[in-house]
Amino acid sequence: MSTENKKKGFSRRKFLTRSAIGLGVILGSGYLSRNLIRRYLAGAINELEPSYQGNTKSPSLWFEITAANEIILHSPKVEMGQGTFTGLAQIAADELEVDISQIQVVHAASASGNLDGLSTGGSTSISGLWQPLRELAATMREMVKQAAAQQMGVDVAELSVNNGVITAAGKSLTYGAVVKEVSEWVVPKTPPLKPIKDYKFVGKPVPRVDLRDKVLGAPIFGMDATMPDMLFGAVVRPPMIGATYAGADTAAAAKMPGVVKIVSEPDFVGVVATSRMAAENAKQAIQANWTTEKSWQTADIEAMIKVGQGTPYVIQKSGNAQRLLAAGEDIITAEFKSPIGAHAQLEPNGAVAFVEGDKATIMISTQVVKLTRGEVAKRLGIAEENVNIQPTFLGGGFGRRLHTPNAVQAAVLSKAVGKPVKCFFDRQEEFQNDTFRPPTHHVLKAKLDADGMIAAIEHNVSSGDVMFGSPMFPALAEPLLGADVGAWRGGMIQYGAIPNYQTISWRVKLPFATSWWRSLGLLANTFAIESFMDELALKAGKDPVEYRLAQIQDDEAGTRLKSVIRAAAEKAGWRDEVVDGRAMGFAASTDAQTPCAQVVEVSIENEEIKVHKVTCAIDPGLAVNPDQVRAQCEGAIIMGLSATMYEQMIVKDSVLYPTIYGPYRMALMRDAPREIDVVILENTGVPGAVGEPPLGPIGAAIANAVFRLTGRRLREMPLAIA
Amino acid sequence: MEVSFLINGVSQRVDVDADTPLLWVIRDILDLKGTKFGCGKAACGACTIHIDGEAVRACAYAVKFAEGKSITTIEGLSVGDKLHPVQQAWMEEVVPQCGYCQPGFMMATAALLEKIPQPTDQDIDDNIVNVCRCATYYRMRKAIHRAAAIKQETR
Ligand code: FES
Ligand code: FES
Repeated sequence: MSTENKKKGFSRRKFLTRSAIGLGVILGSGYLSRNLIRRYLAGAINELEPSYQGNTKSPSLWFEITAANEIILHSPKVEMGQGTFTGLAQIAADELEVDISQIQVVHAASASGNLDGLSTGGSTSISGLWQPLRELAATMREMVKQAAAQQMGVDVAELSVNNGVITAAGKSLTYGAVVKEVSEWVVPKTPPLKPIKDYKFVGKPVPRVDLRDKVLGAPIFGMDATMPDMLFGAVVRPPMIGATYAGADTAAAAKMPGVVKIVSEPDFVGVVATSRMAAENAKQAIQANWTTEKSWQTADIEAMIKVGQGTPYVIQKSGNAQRLLAAGEDIITAEFKSPIGAHAQLEPNGAVAFVEGDKATIMISTQVVKLTRGEVAKRLGIAEENVNIQPTFLGGGFGRRLHTPNAVQAAVLSKAVGKPVKCFFDRQEEFQNDTFRPPTHHVLKAKLDADGMIAAIEHNVSSGDVMFGSPMFPALAEPLLGADVGAWRGGMIQYGAIPNYQTISWRVKLPFATSWWRSLGLLANTFAIESFMDELALKAGKDPVEYRLAQIQDDEAGTRLKSVIRAAAEKAGWRDEVVDGRAMGFAASTDAQTPCAQVVEVSIENEEIKVHKVTCAIDPGLAVNPDQVRAQCEGAIIMGLSATMYEQMIVKDSVLYPTIYGPYRMALMRDAPREIDVVILENTGVPGAVGEPPLGPIGAAIANAVFRLTGRRLREMPLAIA
Repeated sequence: MEVSFLINGVSQRVDVDADTPLLWVIRDILDLKGTKFGCGKAACGACTIHIDGEAVRACAYAVKFAEGKSITTIEGLSVGDKLHPVQQAWMEEVVPQCGYCQPGFMMATAALLEKIPQPTDQDIDDNIVNVCRCATYYRMRKAIHRAAAIKQETR
């Protein structure tokens, strides 16, 4: 067993022990408070993100070897830009002993049986499949070798393998040729894995496997999917918050040219037509009725999202911050806010469905293949196995495709007409029917000791739900956890050397759907905590980088965090002074065990904040593809910058605005930093989270730089200096 | 209404409602799926194509205006196996993430380079105004400069 396996095995064992025995002990001790259980669970969840729940034992479900000696890898995780397919190809190629060019990664259809019970998200695709995929690939290689030995009449030990060609005694056979002759596979015991240093592709910046298709504009997305004889559908969607469907007048629509059928369901009305325009026009002609209970405004939402309202849940506690921060003139307090955020992924949600009798096929961009399948089966009243979900490439995910009612709607329309039907959201519907990033409010308190170091600190976060209420999250866990796990993601105090600290999460149920948005609560929580850390450092008269370093504990997490902080500061040439109108800002965060630190260089030009350069140090443990780790950092930084500086949804008379790009201002080319310098540290030997962690620090880093330029502490996203 | 035009060098005649956005004619009738639908309101650039050499957002261009025009889509940017310098640069810089916005950006860039063969950063900021939610802008900028260089060399 190689070192990285030992490490992995160790940490996993540790977790299992803690969750199985530890939780049992806690639950069994009647006198212990619910808060303790809560904090225990919160700690466990914070450390370990569930990542994969599917087949790990049947290589033939994963790999299809063609006569042309190509390997088709059926991935149960979807590709939404994060580069998962490339990482999986690298991992598989190395253990299969083939060239990466021989591997083609495709989305596993649910009917193939290679189905993940979880989602693609949480930055866990590569980390979750790292061990199982290597084992599956190594096993597949052994299977082919055993078959080859038999066919060649030699002993397995005599075979040598190179680029998918097996050679022995002067004879050669390709994997493809061997496989052709096999009628039944014998799955051997999992062979030992190669040491990481022997890998040819893992750890190298190989180009993305989907690069050429994407540069050619190949039809690979859900929006591009078609089926023969397909009709076009359109569905009327709720126009405002809290609107419940109450029937529709469809007489005019039914008479319009091209209309095949009006489909009236208890919960929605839709139309099927012969062309997209016909479907769209007919939809406009449908007069739907909606009932609403109340008219909502942004001010109502803001009044709900307030620390101090609702029930507090202490999710992290060390020492006695509560007592120390109860009263006193020397308590420093600050508040921060973040707005409602939209996903705004470029590819709108849609699906093409064909329901034939008791069978259904759906082609769709989804992050939750199994959940989508279950929802369609339930609505149609057929067995889950009779529904085949064929995932496509996703034109962005970011959490938007963890909810796929569009699959059900397409299926219902198809069933009504007996033909394949395609329907999708228009852009306005995407903005108004999004599952938003919830707004947040933060109150921080701290007390410094005589040396200016933090004696006690407390972070309060009030947020709408992220995970609660989602079919992905066990409802049972809600009362136990109390506070929404996603809402406080990144909300814990990461400075473990502070003697007294605690985090309190205040849960708010909002009247509209809120959910996962790339990195969940990380961006807003880090914006609050790391802005506050900057204030405290300045108050203490210390350098913000040194100030942070001095208050981080010395365990593994702390050591990794310190090393990214040092790396970012050093690479950026950190200096806390304004030079030529430019100031630096610093922030750091840890998300899903991946620490990340960023230094930004900012100036004010024409009364606007301009971010020139971002230096980012990240420690994903092991970078399967350093170039894609870089790409994820670049993208996350600019997306985080966009959310920090520009984005916000507002509510007016229950309607969510804006409904289009532009008015929903997002970072464009001109707003992107001209320089992004990424430093990758690899301190564990096991790949960890990459896609979301680099979104953490950027907001606070920018705000901290702006303070140095203007003397103004910006406490609300989107940042406004005018 | 019948409309005839040249698309990627092939002449086509379609019979559709005159106000149908050209985007849907290209995608649904001509089955060229590289031109993407992002907003339908000329606000994201995912549907950018060339009409007589000009970058145009196809979602906001009624098919009736396409009569007699020469249209290029991402499928026509490369010639056979030979990638356009923009596509080549995009490969070399490994720009795409999800990839959905990328055809629109490449079409916008190809049109820009015809007008301004060596664009400055300011030219890029002013002219490349599409939306990429994966925020691949950093690599796109590098790729645009690289494409300009490739184009220069092969001229
Ligand atoms: S789809 Fe045409 S600009 Fe967005
Ligand atoms: S690459 Fe995903 S939107 Fe641009």
